[in-house]
Amino acid sequence: MLEQDTGLSLAIAQIVQRLKGSSLHSQLERQARGSLHKPEIKLDSLKEDIKEFLKTSGLFPSPCHPAAPPEHMKEPLVYMRKAQGSWEKRILKSLNSMCTELSIPLARKRPIGEQKELLNKWNEMGTDEPDLSLFRPVYAPKDFLEVLMNLRNPNYENGDQPSFRNHLGLIQVPLKVKDIPELRDYFSELGLNTGQLGIDDSTQVPPELFENEHVRVGQTVLTEQDSAAAQQYVRQGCPTALRAELWALILNISNQPEDILYYEQLKSNVIQHDLLVDSLIYKDVKLTASNDDYYFVFEDYLYQVLLCFSRDTSVLEHFSYSSATPPKSYIRGKLGLEEYAVFYPPNALSQLNSFIISVAPLCFLYHEPSKLYQIFREMYVRFFFRLHSISSHPSGIVSLCLLFETLLQTHLPQLFYHLREIGAQPLRISFKWMVRAFSGYLATDQLLLLWDRILGYNSLEILAVLAAAVFAFRAVNLMEVTSLAAAEAVLADLSTLKVMPLLQIFLFATVT
Amino acid sequence: MEPPAPSLGHGAGFPMAPDPALCTVRSPVALQVGDVKTDLARPGVAVIDVALPPTQPLDLQEIVFKNSYTAFLTVRVQRRRPCDVGREGARKWVTCLWNHCLMPSPHTEAGSQDYFSVFRHQMLCDVDQVTAVRLILRQPSPVWLHFTLEELRLYPRGQQSLQTGFPSWLSNLAPQQQPENLHGGVPDPEKVSTEVQQLWVLTEMIRANQTAARIGRFDVDGCYDINLLSYT
Repeated sequence: MLEQDTGLSLAIAQIVQRLKGSSLHSQLERQARGSLHKPEIKLDSLKEDIKEFLKTSGLFPSPCHPAAPPEHMKEPLVYMRKAQGSWEKRILKSLNSMCTELSIPLARKRPIGEQKELLNKWNEMGTDEPDLSLFRPVYAPKDFLEVLMNLRNPNYENGDQPSFRNHLGLIQVPLKVKDIPELRDYFSELGLNTGQLGIDDSTQVPPELFENEHVRVGQTVLTEQDSAAAQQYVRQGCPTALRAELWALILNISNQPEDILYYEQLKSNVIQHDLLVDSLIYKDVKLTASNDDYYFVFEDYLYQVLLCFSRDTSVLEHFSYSSATPPKSYIRGKLGLEEYAVFYPPNALSQLNSFIISVAPLCFLYHEPSKLYQIFREMYVRFFFRLHSISSHPSGIVSLCLLFETLLQTHLPQLFYHLREIGAQPLRISFKWMVRAFSGYLATDQLLLLWDRILGYNSLEILAVLAAAVFAFRAVNLMEVTSLAAAEAVLADLSTLKVMPLLQIFLFATVT
Repeated sequence: MEPPAPSLGHGAGFPMAPDPALCTVRSPVALQVGDVKTDLARPGVAVIDVALPPTQPLDLQEIVFKNSYTAFLTVRVQRRRPCDVGREGARKWVTCLWNHCLMPSPHTEAGSQDYFSVFRHQMLCDVDQVTAVRLILRQPSPVWLHFTLEELRLYPRGQQSLQTGFPSWLSNLAPQQQPENLHGGVPDPEKVSTEVQQLWVLTEMIRANQTAARIGRFDVDGCYDINLLSYT
């Protein structure tokens, strides 16, 4: 079959390309070499036989259509690509203007004396108090929300007259989002009849009922080193003692010597070159994490991780499936020459702020800088990058906003109408929670339980469900407010909330 | 209008699909009762006619297109049959694809701008010797302003792939380890030399395949002194 053949060949070629030079490749080749000597294997028909088998076994999902250009794989909808492009241009302009106004170069090689000083201070960069008053963040979450609110599909009927076509919330693009029956199906392991950590491990419940067995299963999963089983397991929550290793198993982080070496190389890159974005990172960390009651102890770790992260070129690979495009620059004096084109910053992510705080919870789990770094990097390129770029992906921030608004409208219509009438559109309040994956708003143990589910279901939709569940929980108070400021005050403090009961009640115990 | 050549170049080394067939694709015609200009309701049906050169009937293998907000697609073909030779008059239209769903949820964006392929094995009837193709597009949702198909290409039949059943050894992917039996003395030197030769060939292949993994350098020869960021 032509379609399956070309699709399969393409998938195989892409995977071989990805694996080249890695240790997995040599392991596979060793196995293949061993199997070649078996008498049953006919070498001449080997390729076709394997292809047939892979086709019929259904192991290979079909990749993107071969006629589709690469930008289609990043984001299929043209108007979203355009919106992402103009948003990126705004950020680039802002960075460039900051560079010219403050007369600070985008990148500067540090003199030897400064390099030595930084190396000595590496573990206590938080004690530094540089003058950062002139630096301003590249953008604030509400700027990003404004851009999302103004997203319009040119082929959609966005009439001025209110009609069924206009969405009542802030997001006006018609993306497909799940409704509660589909969410119940998707999150079936969170149901009322399944044990959960976060509910069934509370002090009133005897541990023999659920907790002991769950911990035992977790230890078995770890000894087997089964990544797929671990992903299934964490859907019911991770015991605190096992969480660090289970997350590393799911994210395929093994902390081999070559990974530690790679981290050391990044560290030396930080010491050699000083980037403008470093000052932005400093400012952001000082503003957010240093003031937080739980995270201020990790300030030094945050600098170490984030400064290295901005030098990491392996992050560039995620741009093949992200709707974002990396910003480029040229070596001074060589404008336009492609051999002198580089990405800036090296990992091409200039919008680091507002999720810096999502590194901090990981500091509770991992104490070794290189492992902490790898976990954070993997979580970013798998999940969190979707919160900062405009795309139609079901876990993208646009879909999450739309899912939140749709859930609230469908299941709490009076509340939604009331808030809209008083000028307090619910998304204005919940956007900042979702864009940071609730980091800095929930208590840390609750946050880690929530992130267990993100890893388990490989999707960020649970953030939107939790946001709607929080509104449902405080609905009575919210019905009495008369302004946006009062609504924000009601929802200002989420640190006492218990995440799993809220999710369970909203998904499984609400009358639809 | 000659359709552009397909862009399948991913450098993967698999056989290229044959070039698309020459055909004329007309622009979509909306089917609407009443006056097109003044009527407020949207036509939910449009028809795209594709005419093939009459002297070159096509054995259709694949239809490739980019969707643009069409929800359902029906394809009808006109074929030249041996019994038609010499007989004038309208040839019959036969439906070869009926109500193929492109957008599972027509009010939302899923599938709205995706690329699709329709193959001969998915079609309801034989599509050899085709002289004309008619694509009937349906979009029941009134929220979209326009709907059509873009980049439409028809591919003729190429080489047929031979269907073989896969041998039984593949059905068991975890073979038991058989320890080498060395009780029979020193292994045969000829066997050893062929194995060593195979190993050598494999090592050469590995050396030839350079890794594509990044080294991680972001600067150019130690220099990272850059201009302002470029907007292109």
